[in-house]
Amino acid sequence: MTAPAQPMTIGDLSPAALRKTLAAGLRFRVGAFSIVARSSLPSVAEGIAAVYPDYPILENDAFIDFAVRVATPLGARAVVRPQVNFQFDGYQPFKPLPQAQAFPLLEWGLNWCAANHAHQYVISHAAVVEKSGRALILPGTPGSGKSTLCAALIQRGWRLLSDELTLTDPETGMVIPLPRPVSLKNQSIDVIRSFAPETVFSAAAYDTLKGTVAHLRAPRASIVRDSESALPAWLVFPKYQAEVTLQLTPLNRGQALVRLADNTFNYSVLGLTAFRTLGDLVRRCDCYDFTYSELDDAIQAFDALAETQR
Amino acid sequence: MPSRPLTPSPKPNAKTLLVHALRYPETAPAFTLPEWDLLIRQARHADLLGCLGALIKARGLLDQVALQPRQHLISALRVAGKIAQTARWEVQQVRTALAPLNAPVVILKGAAYTLMDLPIAPGRLFYDVDVMVPETSLAQAELLLKLHGWGSVKTSVYDQRYYRQWMHELPPMQHAARETMLDLHHNILPRTARFHPDAEQLLHSARAVGGDAQLRVLAPQDMVLHSATHLFHEGESRHALRDLFDLDGLLRHFGADAVFWSGLVQRAQQLELARPLYYALRYTQRIFATPIPPDVCASAHAGEPGRLTLALMDTLCARGFRTPHPSCNDWLTPAARFALYVRGHWLRMPLHRLIPHLVHQTFAPNSAD
Repeated sequence: MTAPAQPMTIGDLSPAALRKTLAAGLRFRVGAFSIVARSSLPSVAEGIAAVYPDYPILENDAFIDFAVRVATPLGARAVVRPQVNFQFDGYQPFKPLPQAQAFPLLEWGLNWCAANHAHQYVISHAAVVEKSGRALILPGTPGSGKSTLCAALIQRGWRLLSDELTLTDPETGMVIPLPRPVSLKNQSIDVIRSFAPETVFSAAAYDTLKGTVAHLRAPRASIVRDSESALPAWLVFPKYQAEVTLQLTPLNRGQALVRLADNTFNYSVLGLTAFRTLGDLVRRCDCYDFTYSELDDAIQAFDALAETQR
Repeated sequence: MPSRPLTPSPKPNAKTLLVHALRYPETAPAFTLPEWDLLIRQARHADLLGCLGALIKARGLLDQVALQPRQHLISALRVAGKIAQTARWEVQQVRTALAPLNAPVVILKGAAYTLMDLPIAPGRLFYDVDVMVPETSLAQAELLLKLHGWGSVKTSVYDQRYYRQWMHELPPMQHAARETMLDLHHNILPRTARFHPDAEQLLHSARAVGGDAQLRVLAPQDMVLHSATHLFHEGESRHALRDLFDLDGLLRHFGADAVFWSGLVQRAQQLELARPLYYALRYTQRIFATPIPPDVCASAHAGEPGRLTLALMDTLCARGFRTPHPSCNDWLTPAARFALYVRGHWLRMPLHRLIPHLVHQTFAPNSAD
């Protein structure tokens, strides 16, 4: 028997095999991180089947960065209004949530792992996409619609690096891909469904702290290219506003740096290293404030940016 | 740091992996990825990931560690760097707040190791600053700290009374703006404890640090005795191995000077701390092969407990000093950890106070510990 040319992916497992593997520990890779996820909950297996089919499965002896588990706590709460816990190698960083939120909890937990245990990178709260090796960074001030923009861009030829955590390597200044499923909330879910009807979502979880939440499958091409880092080129602070005409206003680099630092989870942990890394990043980038109401117009504007000679 | 013994290192198993890596950091680059996978998790659980990274980095071997585990070491070292920077800043803020106090301000434990640039400081993860002042200055010190933004985080009447009446420190304080934690001590053991070290002697021998006459750290012998006392009275299992490793590092560092060893046992006796010193020497030697002069070992027997107690302690500590990770547990581990917890409390409080306290703890969660 010859070895398969491609490593096995999660989608190669039958639903029954996935459930069984997940109960014992499903080992897979997302970008730079190796993960083992454990859960016996059917909703977690279903969520993974929906949005994780294209991620490579790892060998049993692979080094694991984050060993996580989503499980029902023992006791009365297992029966009455059942809850779920997220565990990171035995730690429980959050309070339990209702069981219907088990899959989003896995996603939030993985965000927590990266944001708290990967200080080898400067970690900013920003979506980031790539075209021709150049990265467009969209920091996530609340109400900005960065995830919606990101979800739309990756349906139109931009490569997903991350919808939530922009990882910048202080050694090289490059953005490191972490192409996880894109988290969308409330109206954004339907906006993207009608924008790109062929997209695949995990089942929506209602009444979470963030409202209704669903996760969008990352494009396969982004996952296959998850070892290709990208050079920061544009730093754009988006703002969604109904019925405005699109505006792309140049922003001075000093202001852009301060605002990006504000959106950087581990700025104070890395201190001077973070200041230097983000300073270099801002120097490399064209920085803008961006107001939009229509996704098609927004994408056109970013495509035009990508066309310009630098 | 004095080099560790060049005895050939035995092959570690899962239960001894972390201790092995701490004792022989030069062997770290040769670990396999599955060994690293376990080691990173064990070190994180023991709060020793930063220390492990620092030991390997100090030998110039960090770049030889495989990329994936190296990233975790780098991450922990960055957190430790931030902690050390914060601690130095907090000490300056405390120093400024307490300037009107006509008394020495002694910095204890982690923040003191950082101020002194001790070899055990790099990579060390700690989460509060411990400060000691004379008991006669305690009320004024508390008031000054409050004026500068620190406030008590324990708000229940029981907790406030528990700390103020029985403990060697005030209820933990937190700075309102910076959210940093501070423990203000007047001694190193609770008022209710079996042994009663004389705080005045500790303060009297404390030494100026950083060219500031008011800002002090404990004298080397007292620093070791405090570390030992803390370890063998707290019964806090998660940090037991970390605290024992601190002791190993302190003994190796200060022990390079013969003056440190002479009079150590006598000092312990003066402070009623001969017992914790005995345990400290016994278990650092057993677990980390800490070099201790034979005559010091011999005279430390002054603090040896009865044969039965010692046998019991050996049994409990064999498990208590294991890495606090599921990979190192067996069916007796929870019992041993619980026994050490109870023992710690029992030494800190007589039974007629301890039992009501533990009952209160059980039925009033989120309370003092």
